[in-house]
Amino acid sequence: MEISAYQGAITGAYIIASILFILSLGGLSHQESARRGNIFGMAGMAIAIVATAFHESIESYVYILIPMLLGGAVGAWRASRVQMTQMPELVALLHSFVGLAAVLVGFSSYLGSEGLYSGAEKVVHEAEIYLGILIGAVTFTGSVIAFGKLNGFITSKPMIFPGRHLVNLAGLLICIWYGYDFIQAADIPHGMIALTVMTVIALLFGVHMVMAIGGADMPVVISMLNSYSGWAAAATGFMLSNDLLIVTGALVGSSGAILSYIMCRAMNRKFVSVIMGGFGGQSRSSGAGQTEQGTAVEISQDECGAVLNNIGSLVIVPGYGMAVAHAQHAVYELTRKLREKGVNVRFAIHPVAGRMPGHMNVLLAEARVPYDIVLEMDEIQEDLSDTDMVMVIGANDIVNPSAIDDPEGPIAGMPVIEAWNAREVIVLKRSMASGYAGIENPLFFKPNTKMLFGDARDSIEGLIAHLI
Amino acid sequence: MRLDLISELCKFYGEPFVIVGIPKEIAANEKRVSCTPNEVNRIMGLGYGVLVEAGAGVSAGFADQEYADAGAEVGLDAASLWDHSDIVCKIRPPEPHPEMGCHESTLIRDSRMLISVYEPALREQMTTQIAEAGGTVLALDAIPRISRAQKMDVLSSMANIAGYRAVLEAGNHFRRFFMGQITAAGKIAPAKVLVIGAGVAGLSAIGTAVSLGAIVRAFDTRPEVKDQIESMNAEFLDLDFEEEGEGAGGYARVMSEAFIEAEMALFAEQAKDVDIIITTALIPGRPAPKLITTEMVRSMRPGSVIVDLAAEQGGNCELTAPNEAVDDHGVTIIGYTDLTSRMAHQASVLFAANIFHLISDLTPEKDGNLALDIEDDIVRGSTVVRQGEVLWPPPPVQPSVAPPKSIPESTASEPVAEAAPRNRAVSTLIGMGVAGILLIAMGSVAPASFMMHFTVFVLACFVGWQVIWNVTPALHTPLMSVTNAISGIILIGAMLQIDASSQLAVWLAIIAVTIASINVAGGFLVTQRMLKMFRKE
Repeated sequence: MEISAYQGAITGAYIIASILFILSLGGLSHQESARRGNIFGMAGMAIAIVATAFHESIESYVYILIPMLLGGAVGAWRASRVQMTQMPELVALLHSFVGLAAVLVGFSSYLGSEGLYSGAEKVVHEAEIYLGILIGAVTFTGSVIAFGKLNGFITSKPMIFPGRHLVNLAGLLICIWYGYDFIQAADIPHGMIALTVMTVIALLFGVHMVMAIGGADMPVVISMLNSYSGWAAAATGFMLSNDLLIVTGALVGSSGAILSYIMCRAMNRKFVSVIMGGFGGQSRSSGAGQTEQGTAVEISQDECGAVLNNIGSLVIVPGYGMAVAHAQHAVYELTRKLREKGVNVRFAIHPVAGRMPGHMNVLLAEARVPYDIVLEMDEIQEDLSDTDMVMVIGANDIVNPSAIDDPEGPIAGMPVIEAWNAREVIVLKRSMASGYAGIENPLFFKPNTKMLFGDARDSIEGLIAHLI
Repeated sequence: MRLDLISELCKFYGEPFVIVGIPKEIAANEKRVSCTPNEVNRIMGLGYGVLVEAGAGVSAGFADQEYADAGAEVGLDAASLWDHSDIVCKIRPPEPHPEMGCHESTLIRDSRMLISVYEPALREQMTTQIAEAGGTVLALDAIPRISRAQKMDVLSSMANIAGYRAVLEAGNHFRRFFMGQITAAGKIAPAKVLVIGAGVAGLSAIGTAVSLGAIVRAFDTRPEVKDQIESMNAEFLDLDFEEEGEGAGGYARVMSEAFIEAEMALFAEQAKDVDIIITTALIPGRPAPKLITTEMVRSMRPGSVIVDLAAEQGGNCELTAPNEAVDDHGVTIIGYTDLTSRMAHQASVLFAANIFHLISDLTPEKDGNLALDIEDDIVRGSTVVRQGEVLWPPPPVQPSVAPPKSIPESTASEPVAEAAPRNRAVSTLIGMGVAGILLIAMGSVAPASFMMHFTVFVLACFVGWQVIWNVTPALHTPLMSVTNAISGIILIGAMLQIDASSQLAVWLAIIAVTIASINVAGGFLVTQRMLKMFRKE
């Protein structure tokens, strides 16, 4: 490729865009700077697109502008309509788009590469295409399945096929074999066959992988797909020799990888065992020493309201149930009323509460809960023993004492919010059903725990009515 | 041989009735009572009947009428109370009964149960005798110190009160203010208080003295209580001496000679400086260590006060006289052993709540039937005798929370502990070496342009790694949506293919541009929408 007069300027613009993207992610370290960071991100993207438009190989601007406006309009429309409880679905869907785009760009690049490369460069370029499409395809179908699971189209229970590890291994071997075949291919039609076969296998692998992962591991899956979408973009950057794509892809890829690591640590699970799937969904018998189940004591809205009128401090532990019941606004109303009475109300957020990292924080922010009373698990854990009441809203496994008490149990060692240390615990729940991990929660049977059954939003609205 | 009222109760409820009896304490100077009217009511709510001896709560401020109002049968004498109770709740261990003319332990027979402080280690003979008579004893002081049992821990409840009262007793004999003040008449220096032993009683004393405005220093052989002391705005006196002082169950243990020497030097130095010393040092099953020598007492300023909470176990101060306040060279040494009884009302309220929690735990069905599930750590630990079977001592229980750090037992095991990080360092080095060799190998075959891009890629991964760890967990969802948006950068990849030579390639690129644009617009806008919602007070 010859160097045009614009090439240097474009590279300069790409450097600016890369820096803006880094600043954009860096801005998220504090709520105060986060919005500025997002604007940096937008500016970086605008600069990147405009600079690319000056690239000498681009002439058909109409082909770019029309789809861009169309896609932009669809994106803006979805972004303005989506409910905060549906953020995990939206994020999963957007991941799938990155994956799909990576596949399409990969194919397009291969079809258009006739005669451009030779020798070692050709081998490297084709390897990059092959890898980019592979990651993109897995990201695409994996995210689509995750979207379906989050949306309820597909059951969130893990679907386990017999011999699935063997099937995956066979798929991998076939992909490697066709990769060799692809690089050896004499011409494009021949190469296309290998490429297509691999893409189909990768698409199926994406489906297979996420289908086998249960609802409890969704935060890890989403973070992992986030990471994959980054690596797909980076691979695309390699195939197009575009450093901006490489930088951005690497940033996103490592971001997703760190999130996956944080989520795994929050559940005390190994990343590999999450990917292997199968966790959650089956009812497991818990380990020894877990025989002392009592009866859960129910409390009525009247009684619970009376107790609320006499407390000095309250810690609310929200879970996915709060999102399902759309109870966050009612929760804020309760918070506001109690704070007016001088009650110290705070929120304790477990890292894996909800279906994606930070899900609960976003919901509470939507309901206008000030973020300085929304604390992380580690920040509030020690204060719980001095707290009059902990209110658990639609959470289960993240407050399960058997993580500490039952070394044989399936969630042993997972850090949990030690709600039971508070003087009283109220659990808002629809029924006595177990959480994702499919295990009993001894918290419900503790002497200082009372159960308030019913839809979380109805219950909280009832409680607000009982406040004096 | 039950009284009429029992048969009436049985008739009323239609079934045999388990009766809990609350006797009047018989020990001299004992003003507390094991159960308050409020808890009587709650115990009855568990399905039990309750009898209260005449005048049982009077010295703690609870009249018989209050018990009657709570639903108990009152006004019984000691003999009929013991006779009709299936479970007797007491504070003190069994003693010879002055009115009944027999030892209380002889009354614990035929499936009758005693719940009280019992000190089983000191009462082996009594235990055997109760076992022969077929009685049951639950020792409140033997309940294992696990987090689930905190609500029944009478030792902590009582220690809390003793610590509080110790400061008040000190203040009573101390001739100055605790709090420093600058007044129109001049400056008043704050009192300096030294608390030795930061167990429950020590921490309670620290908290009380701090809230009165004193300057408080505290010492403990267990370095891990430092944080607790500092959290109460007191100063932790460091000894600069490596030795772990935590024994089993969170109690202190005997320290080495060198340690004690250093410790004594510290106390001698502090004695000259402080106004009030409160000692709470106890080692389970041993006489209290002598920490404050006569010499140290005489080095204190006249008017200073020492409160010795270990007086009952012989005292931490050489000059302590149990149950007395003695004066030596102008220093008052208080050796009261009845500090909790001096706050009989408060002590009874807490004790009764502990008793209720225990009974409540033992009555899972709330049907008035006490179930001694020996598999339960709490029951196993506290049951000294069960219907004639001696169960003491129990097997050791591992505390369920915060297991103590494993301490290298001897010097021989230290290298093992050190070896782990070294192994990790070695494996990291090996990993880096292998990665380095792979990189060099790759660089020698791959085209130069690829290696340039690869450099950019690796550096970007490191930048991402550094930046992302700083993202606050509350913003993880916006992080994902913004990374969604910027991974829409693949858009420019699609743009570059828009004039490809193949028709199919162009169409694929057009679709890719569309999809990537959804990501860019959708991702940034939804992030902006979310971030707008985060607000501060």
